[in-house]
Amino acid sequence: MKIQDILKERILVIDGAMGTMIQRHNLTEEDFRGERFKNHRYPLKGNNDILSITRPDIIKEIHALYFEAGADIIETNTFSATTIAQADYHLEDAVYDINFVSARIAREVADEFTKKEPHKPRFVAGAMGPTNKTASLSPDVNSPGFRAITFDQLKVAFKQQAQGLVDGGVDLLLLETIIDTLNAKAALFAIQELFDERGMEIPVMVSGTITDASGRTLSGQTTEAFLVSVSHVPLLSIGLNCALGASLLRPYLRVLSEKAPFFVSAYPNAGLPNEFGQYDETPEQMGAQIEEFLKEGLVNIVGGCCGTTPEHIKVIAELAAKYKPRKVHSPWSMVNSM
Amino acid sequence: MNQNTLNLSGLEAVEITNQSNFVNIGERTNVTGSARFLKLIKDDKFDEALEVALDQVRGGAQVIDVNMDEGMIDSEAAMVRFLNLMASEPEIARVPVMVDSSKWHVIEAGLKCLQGKGIVNSISMKGGVEEFVRQAKLVKRYGAAVVVMAFDEDGQADTYERRIDICKRAYDILVNDVKFPPQDIIFDPNIFPVATGIEEHRNYAVDFFRAAKWIRENLPHAHVSGGVSNVSFSFRGNQKVREAMHTAFLYHAIKAGMDMGIVNPAMLEVYDDIDKDLLERVEDVLLNRREDATERLLEFAETVKGSAKKKEVDDEWRKGSVEERLTHALVKGVIDYIDDDTEEARQKYGKPLNVIEGPLMAGMNVVGDLFGAGKMFLPQVVKSARVMKKSVAYLTPYLEEEKRNNGGGDKPAAKILMATVKGDVHDIGKNIVGVVLACNNYNVVDLGVMVPSEKIIEAAKREKVDMIGLSGLITPSLDEMVHMAKEMQREKMVMPLLIGGATTSRIHTAVKIDPVYSGPVVHVLDASRSVPVASEFINPDTFETIKGRFKNEYAKLREDYEKRKEQKNYISLRDARNNQVKIDWKTTQITRPKFFGSKQFINYPLEEIRKFIDWTPFFQTWMLAGRYPGIFNDSVVGTEARRLFDDAQKMLDQIVQSRSLQANGVIGFYPAVRTETDDVKLSRKEGEASFTTLHFLRQQNKKAQGLPNFCLADFIAPETSGRQDYIGMFAVTAGLGIEKLLAKYKELQDDYSDIMVKALADRLAEAFAECLHARVRREFWGYASDEKLSNDELIAEKYSGIRPAPGYPACPDHTEKGILFEILDAEKAGIRLTESFAMYPASSVSGFYFANSDSKYFGLGKIEKDQVLEYAGRKGMSVEDVERWLSPNLAYDV
Repeated sequence: MKIQDILKERILVIDGAMGTMIQRHNLTEEDFRGERFKNHRYPLKGNNDILSITRPDIIKEIHALYFEAGADIIETNTFSATTIAQADYHLEDAVYDINFVSARIAREVADEFTKKEPHKPRFVAGAMGPTNKTASLSPDVNSPGFRAITFDQLKVAFKQQAQGLVDGGVDLLLLETIIDTLNAKAALFAIQELFDERGMEIPVMVSGTITDASGRTLSGQTTEAFLVSVSHVPLLSIGLNCALGASLLRPYLRVLSEKAPFFVSAYPNAGLPNEFGQYDETPEQMGAQIEEFLKEGLVNIVGGCCGTTPEHIKVIAELAAKYKPRKVHSPWSMVNSM
Repeated sequence: MNQNTLNLSGLEAVEITNQSNFVNIGERTNVTGSARFLKLIKDDKFDEALEVALDQVRGGAQVIDVNMDEGMIDSEAAMVRFLNLMASEPEIARVPVMVDSSKWHVIEAGLKCLQGKGIVNSISMKGGVEEFVRQAKLVKRYGAAVVVMAFDEDGQADTYERRIDICKRAYDILVNDVKFPPQDIIFDPNIFPVATGIEEHRNYAVDFFRAAKWIRENLPHAHVSGGVSNVSFSFRGNQKVREAMHTAFLYHAIKAGMDMGIVNPAMLEVYDDIDKDLLERVEDVLLNRREDATERLLEFAETVKGSAKKKEVDDEWRKGSVEERLTHALVKGVIDYIDDDTEEARQKYGKPLNVIEGPLMAGMNVVGDLFGAGKMFLPQVVKSARVMKKSVAYLTPYLEEEKRNNGGGDKPAAKILMATVKGDVHDIGKNIVGVVLACNNYNVVDLGVMVPSEKIIEAAKREKVDMIGLSGLITPSLDEMVHMAKEMQREKMVMPLLIGGATTSRIHTAVKIDPVYSGPVVHVLDASRSVPVASEFINPDTFETIKGRFKNEYAKLREDYEKRKEQKNYISLRDARNNQVKIDWKTTQITRPKFFGSKQFINYPLEEIRKFIDWTPFFQTWMLAGRYPGIFNDSVVGTEARRLFDDAQKMLDQIVQSRSLQANGVIGFYPAVRTETDDVKLSRKEGEASFTTLHFLRQQNKKAQGLPNFCLADFIAPETSGRQDYIGMFAVTAGLGIEKLLAKYKELQDDYSDIMVKALADRLAEAFAECLHARVRREFWGYASDEKLSNDELIAEKYSGIRPAPGYPACPDHTEKGILFEILDAEKAGIRLTESFAMYPASSVSGFYFANSDSKYFGLGKIEKDQVLEYAGRKGMSVEDVERWLSPNLAYDV
C-alpha cells in the first residue's frame, strides 16, 4: 500500500530522537572508530552517523525500539551525512557509504517488522539535515554579503547524500530541521535532478525549524514564507520539527495546516532544553500537548525530535490512533505528482 | 495556499490573487533604468546602492526588481553580491525579489541566492522554443515565478495580434509541456513609449491594454506586468507629465487586467489629483483619441516643467534626543546618521567609553529585549550589531587618543581570544563582548564562528593569548564547550576560560565545565561583565585569589545543584559505601604527627594572625559584591569598599595594639582507624585501645560514573589496610574580650563600629584557623614541612589536606562538636559550646584535620533513612534526635 493512501486513512507516526538514544550507550572513541576508521587521523567521537558503519548493532536496535513503540516511519541515521557536515571529521570520503549503509540497515529492520505485521507497513525516510553552513546568512557580521557555502556546493553534497539513500533503499526522503530555506531549496533541486536522471521518483518530506520566539526560521522567514518557498516541488508533506516543544509549535503548525496543499507533519522536541541542554518533558507531558493538535486535526504525521525516546513515541502512537488525520485542503499537487 | 494564487515570498509571504490590488515592483535598483544606481554599482558603492532598495521598500514596493545588465559591469558577480547584501537587510529581504536580466547565466546565478520564491524577469521564445523550455524547466526547479516577454524568433510583439499570439503559444508550452503552474506565469506584453511623434507608435498603449485584457480572459490564472516608465520615455526631464502619464497608464492598464508592474512608487500621482486638463491630454495620447494628442501634451508640458511630487521617508525619529536616536538606529538598523549621532553623544558624554557603556549599551539592551520577546528576529539583530560596530569604529580614534593621553599606550594590551564553538554560527553576543573588550584596551583575537577546539587551542598558543572566551547559542554548543575545556586540560593550559552566550548558564558552567578544567572557568552573564572579570585575571597578583574564588563559588553551586537534583536519585547506604573514595592504602603517604594529645595556644599574636586574613568575605558581610582587591576598582562600590577597608585597618591596628581581643586555640593529634561503618576510632597512643569515636556521614545521591560517594572517613585508613593512620582536630577563637568592645560601642550608639568589630573578629578567627592549619602542616603534624605558599594560594586552598568543620557541608552534624570539644578540652582555651552546639565566643572555628593528599571538601547532600537509622545506632542517639539535627539533610519527610 502506498504511503499517500495510508495517510488519507490515518495519522502516521514518525520515530523519535536518534542522538538521545545513542547517548544512552555511553560510547567511546573506539566505538565510533570501529575497525574501518581505526587509524583515522582525527577524533570521531560524537559523529553519530558513522555508527551506522561501525556499530550497526546499536543503530538497528534503536530503529527496532521505535518500530516496537509504534512508529510507522523511521529516519535513517544520516542527519549529518553530507560532505559539508562530515568535513568536521575529515570523513568526506565516507559520505556515500554512510548513507547507503544507514539506508540498508533501516530497510532491513523495517522489512522485518512489515513481514511480522503486514497490516501495518513500515517506511524508511532518508534523513537529510541542514548541514552546518547557511547559504543565505553570513557567518561574518562584518561582511554581510559573504557566504560560507553556495547553492551549487550544497546541491552537489545533497545529491550525493540522496544517491546513497536511494541506492540503500529508502522509501522517502526527508529534508529536516531546515534553518535556512535556501539550503533546502538546493537540496530539493538536487533531489529533482536525481529523480530526472534515474527516471524514478519517491515521495519527499520537508520539515522546517522555527528557532526563536519571533516564530521565524533562523534565516528569518515566517512559516508561511517558508511554505511558499518550497511549494514548487510536489511534496508528500511539509512540517516543523526540533527547536521548540509541542505546545510552542502549535501556532505555526496551524499556519501550515491552513495553507499547505500537502500532508502536514510535526515532530517537536521533548520540551525546551533545560540549562544543561537536556530535555526533560516526560512522555505523558509531551503527549498531552501533542493531543491538542491531534484534536484540532492539524497533522497527518507526528513524532518526536530531540530528547524523545521510544517511551515518548509509544504514548504518541497510542494518541495518534485515536484521532482522524488532517484533511488535505487542496490536493492538486498530490494529483499532479505521484 | 490557493491553487490559483501566485504566491511569492521574501522573509514574508505575498499572495497575489485575482482580487489583489496592483502589485508594485520597485524599479530603482535597475542599472538600465536608474543612472544613480548604475553609478553607485560602477563606483563599487554597494552599501549606498542597498539604500536605494531600502527606499523602495519604504516607499511601498512589494517586489524589488534587480537588474545589473551593463557592459562595464560584471553583471553576474554584481547580481550575486547585491542579492546577498539584500538578504542581510531584513527590511528589504522581507519582500520577494525579481531577478532581472537578459542573460540567462545572470538570472541563474541570482536564483541561487534567493531563499524565498522570487520572479525571473524574463524568458522568451526569442532564442527558440527549445531554449525557452529548458529555461522554464530550470525556473520551476529553482522555485520561482516567471515573466514571459511577448517576444519570439521574429522579434518583439508590437501589435495587438502579435502580442496575443505569442502569449498564447508560450502559455500552452509552459502549462502543457513544462507543467509550469499557470498562476506563476506573468506576461509582459511590452510597454512602449507613446507620444514619440512616430505614427506607428500611436496605438501602442491601446494595444497593450487590449492584450492585457485578452490574456486575463483567455489564459487562466496568468498575470500581466510591464515596465511602466517606458511609456513616458519622450518626456524625460518633465517629472510632472511623466507622473501623470504613469498614473493614467496604470489606471487604464489595471482596469484592463494588468495586475503587476515595474514602477517607481515615488513617481506616481493619485489619479484623481491629476490636473484635469493635463489628465485629458495624457489620456488623449494613451487612448489615441485625437490626431493632435501628442502636440497638445507637448504644449502643456512646456508649462509645467519641474515640481514633481516626492513621497517622504519617515524622518520623525530624527527629532528625538541623541539617546533616543541612537536607540532607534540600533533597533531599526539604520546606519545613515550613526556617525553624526555618535559624535553628538561623544560631546555630550565627554568620554568615548561613556558613550559605549551608556546610550549604545542601553540601545543594545532594547534590541536584546525585543529579540527575547520575539519582536525582532535574528537578521535584524545582526543589523543592529553592525550599527553598533560602526558607532564604535567612529569612537575608536578617540579612545586611542585618550589612551595615549593617559600614558596607557606603552603597556601591551592583554590578549583575549574569542570564538563561537564548533557547530554554532551565532556570534552576535561574542561580537558585542569583543567590541566591549576592545574598547577597554584588550587586544581581541576573533576566530569567528564554528571554530573547532583544535583550532582554538592552536591559535591560543600561537597568539600567546591571556584568556579564551567561548560563545554559543544553541544547546549542542554547551557540550562543545565542555569538550573544549577538557581539551584545554589535556593540553595542560592554565589560562582563564570565559563562557558566554544565550544558552550558557552559571549553573551549567559550574556543574559541567568548571570541573573538567583546572584553570579558571567563568560564566560571563553579559558583555558588560566581561571587562571586570577579564581585568581581575590579567593582574598576576590577584590571579590565584580570583581563580580560587571562582572555583569555590562554582563548587558551592555544584553542591547546591546536587542537593536540588538529588531528590529522587538516591542509592542505598550499602551501595554508597561500595562506591567510596578509592585510596591506595598500600602506597599513600601517611605522616606521623610530631606529638599526640592536645596543645594550647593562649593569647596568640594578633600581628601574626592578621596576615592570614581573607578580605573578600569581609566585604560580603557589608553587602558589597566583589573580590578583594579588585573590588576597589569597581565603578559602583569601589570607593565605598576602599573607605570600609581603611576603617577596618585602623580598627585592626587599635585592636592589635591594645590587645582588646584575645586569640586562643587548641589543637590535637590522635592515632585513628576507620571502621566499616564510617566511624573513626581514636586512641591516645599508637597500639592503645580507642577512647572515643567520631561519626561521619556518607553521600547517598546517585553519582555520575567515576565519581565516589564521599564520606570524610574515607580519608582515614581502615583496619584492613594494615597501616596506622592519624587524625587531627582544632578549636580556635579570636573573640575573647569582644563583649567589652561591644558594650562600649553600644553606649556610643556606634552601630558601624559594632558591626565592624564583629566582622573583624570573625575574619581573625578564620585567619587564626588558617594560620594554625599552616603550622600544623609544616611543623606540628609536619606532613608538608616544605610547603611554601603565599596568602593568595592559602586562600585558594592550594595546600594538601583539609580542615572540615562539624556543622558544615561535609559533616553537617553539629553534635559531633561535643565530642571534639571533649577530646580537646577546648573550654580551657576559653571556648565553650552552647546547648545547641554553637560556639561561644561567636568568632570561633573548630574542625578536624585530615592529612591524606586525596582528601577534599564536599557537600554531604541529602541522605536516606537507612543511614539515619544506622547513624543513630552508632552514636547512641534516638532516631528522632538525629532527624532533628540533620533535618536539612534528610532526603525524606519525617
